[in-house]
Amino acid sequence: MRILMSFLCVMLSGIAVATLAVLAQAGSALDVARQSELQHLVRHDCGSCHGMTLKGGLGGPLLPEALEGKPADALADVILDGVPGTPMPPWRGLLTRDEAIWIARYLKQGAEQ
Amino acid sequence: MISRLLAAFVFCMSATVALVDELRGTGDLGVIVERAAGSLQIIETTTQTSLGRVEGLGDLSHASVVFSRDGRHAFVFGRDGGLSRVDLLTATVANRVIQAGNAIGGAISDDGRLVAVSNYEPGGVRVFDAANLEPVADIPATYGQADARSKVVGLVDAPGRRFIFTLYDAGEIWTADFDADNTASIERFTDIGELPYDALITGDGRHYIAGLFGEDGLAHIDFWADTPRVERILDGYGRGEEPLPVYKMPHLEGWALAQGRLILPAVGRHELLVVDASTFEEVGRIPVHGQPIFAVAQPDGRQVWVNFAHPLNDTIQVIDTQSLAIVHSFTPGKAALHMEFTPRGEHVWISVRDEDRVDVYDTQTFDLITSLPVDKPSGIFFTARANRIGL
Repeated sequence: MRILMSFLCVMLSGIAVATLAVLAQAGSALDVARQSELQHLVRHDCGSCHGMTLKGGLGGPLLPEALEGKPADALADVILDGVPGTPMPPWRGLLTRDEAIWIARYLKQGAEQ
Repeated sequence: MISRLLAAFVFCMSATVALVDELRGTGDLGVIVERAAGSLQIIETTTQTSLGRVEGLGDLSHASVVFSRDGRHAFVFGRDGGLSRVDLLTATVANRVIQAGNAIGGAISDDGRLVAVSNYEPGGVRVFDAANLEPVADIPATYGQADARSKVVGLVDAPGRRFIFTLYDAGEIWTADFDADNTASIERFTDIGELPYDALITGDGRHYIAGLFGEDGLAHIDFWADTPRVERILDGYGRGEEPLPVYKMPHLEGWALAQGRLILPAVGRHELLVVDASTFEEVGRIPVHGQPIFAVAQPDGRQVWVNFAHPLNDTIQVIDTQSLAIVHSFTPGKAALHMEFTPRGEHVWISVRDEDRVDVYDTQTFDLITSLPVDKPSGIFFTARANRIGL
């Protein structure tokens, strides 16, 4: 039973990852030009605290390993609302929710690849 | 045709070896960081030209540079923990070590013998022999429970073979005094305030000031005092106002001291703070275009040049330090990140990162003198820094 469960989990997470990948590449309503702007923003503006290669700086690392187990939705909330009491600012006003979710998925699948 | 080709060939050959063959000084040399490519351009400020490029320096996002006192070698502090000693005259890497996993900057001792690097991972300071980058000392930034290590920011040199630095996570300022045998004695100042994110030392080596992200106000130590201690200055500035989101941390190294006043970027506000440099009391504020990142005084102190955080980072403003009025605003281009003055301040060089350009402006007329193509330029550093405390 336990084996079956873990098999199911693997299957499900596999499907989830595949879905996310597809969504991140093609899914959202963001056009290619905006996606490229967001990539630039991640590398250079998020990168000013989290490191240009996202390995971390004053802010923590944003590599896929570091974000494992954190749903894209929740990450999007962090991007939009910031983390009070830390230097992580709210990006609401500069980014829409769709854009924040796009960035979250982009980070989870490995922005540098 | 052949002779023209030959001439071009000879010209190319001589261009690549010019640095080695000609006797020349280093007082008008400098480097520009190409942050994404991991390279430096070596430049010369008398005729505003690029002399060469040095590659293979690793992750140079947020890289900074200090110089040997003869102005020949640049010590390059990479984000990835790489420390490189670059020979400006031959445009080669003389020594290179990977000394940590994640680093943020460094300093060189007053006698030019020791180079210190501040590290995020593992948190602490490592010190190297400036002649060959052999390790000299390792200072783990431990605090609280035995194993906790803090990220280190705001590392500067101070007179007396001393380095001063700030522990971001611990909220402490430490000094490391090196004796003639390179043994360090450490002094700790605790409870300086929450989340100190950067620091500066004044050009006389007397005042060390750390900016606090976690609260309004700054931590100040007067190292000329009989018993130096931490004092809070500008306590509660702006309290009661809702700060704006901060998309980029201000840099304090550029804090301007001019006309007996410090001009500092306010955190989370479209303002500069004006502070009396003897009493450390606020004497005014200057409303500006956006959240200031660098506020840098011209070498003569007559004007302060200010750039701004994303998304207003295409603009630069110039403040007259006597009237505190904005006397000039202009738009060099997207992501005008860094400004560096020539030694006497007749020109300022400005990195325009997103347009792959460095622009040179006349500081009197504000005219554009020339532009150099540079790949994603960030920091610009001239050898005149070799002769200044805290740079």
